[in-house]
Amino acid sequence: MRLSPDQMIFWQHGFVKLNATIVFTWGLMLVLVVGAKLITRNLTTEHTRSRWQNLLEIIVTSMVSQIKDVGLQHPRKYLGFLGTLFLFVGMASLFTIIPGYEPPTGSLSTTAALALSVMVAVPLFGIADRGMGGYLKSYIEPTVIMLPFNIISEVSRTLALAVRLFGNMMSGAMIIGILLTITPFIFPIVMTVLGLLTGMVQAYIFSILAAVYIAAATRTRKPTPEPAPATGNNTPNKQRT
Amino acid sequence: MTIIAVASIVTAGITTGFGTMGPALAEGRAVSTALTSLAQQPDASPTITRTLFVGLAMIESTAIYCFVVSMILIFANPFWNHVIAETVTK
Repeated sequence: MRLSPDQMIFWQHGFVKLNATIVFTWGLMLVLVVGAKLITRNLTTEHTRSRWQNLLEIIVTSMVSQIKDVGLQHPRKYLGFLGTLFLFVGMASLFTIIPGYEPPTGSLSTTAALALSVMVAVPLFGIADRGMGGYLKSYIEPTVIMLPFNIISEVSRTLALAVRLFGNMMSGAMIIGILLTITPFIFPIVMTVLGLLTGMVQAYIFSILAAVYIAAATRTRKPTPEPAPATGNNTPNKQRT
Repeated sequence: MTIIAVASIVTAGITTGFGTMGPALAEGRAVSTALTSLAQQPDASPTITRTLFVGLAMIESTAIYCFVVSMILIFANPFWNHVIAETVTK
C-alpha cells in the first residue's frame, strides 16, 4: 500500500523523478492560475455578472473578513499569502472527486514546504510591520527567560502545521483504501464525503493558523479601535466552495 | 524477525488506541463548552466558532501524531526494513 503519492512515479530519468506529487501540484497550480486569469479577464460592476465572478467575490470577501477577525488590521496585505494557502489546500482536497487524483497534500514534502513558507513569512511580515528591533524584541517578551521557549515554539508549530495537514490527508486516503478492501460498495463514498469535509476544515485551519501566527508577530503596540463587527456570512468555509 | 513484526503491529494498535483516547475526551469537553457558550451568546458565534476550530485542530494534532507514528510502524518501519536488508544481503 502506498503511504504517499510520492511513490507513484510517472517518469524517471536517472535520479530525476516525476512523481504524482509534483505532477498534481503543478496541475493544481495551473488550474488555479488559469482559472483565476479566465475569471478576472472580464470583471464587471454591473448587476449582471458571471457566476464565477460571484463565486470569486464571495471567496475573497469572506477571506478578508476572516483575516480581519483574527486581528490583522490590513487584511489586503496578507490576502495574497493566506488566500493562496487556503485555495491551494482547499482545492487539493476538493479535487479528490476526480478519479485517479491523489491530493498532493497527502505527501509530507508538500505540507513541509507549505509550513516552511509560513515559517519564513511570519518573521518577514513581522519585520515589515514592526521593524527589525521590534520584531526581535517580541522574542524576549515578557522576560528574557522565555527566549528559548519562543524559539522552540517557532520550530515546533511549523512541524505541527506540516504533520497535521499530512496526517489528515493521508489518513483520509488510507481509510478509503482500507475500506475498499473490506466493504467496496457504498461505504467508501461516505468516507470520501467525510474526507471532502475534513479537507475543507483543514484548509481553513491551516490558513487561519498562519493568520494567527502572523497576527502574533505583527501585533502593534498602539491600541486600535475595535473593528466593526463583520456583517454577513461569517460561517466557516465549509459551504463556501 | 517475528518478534519485531509482532511488537510493531501491537505497538501500532496501542499507540492509535491510547493516543486517540485523550484527544477524544478533550475534544468532547471543548465542543460541549463551546456549545454552551454558543447557546448563551449567539451573537459571538463567529468568534467562538473560529476559536473552536483552531483549538480543535490543536487538540487533534496530538491524535494525528499518534496515527502517523502507528502508520510509520506498520508501513515504513525502520527496524523492519533494516532486518529485511540484512536477510537479503546474507
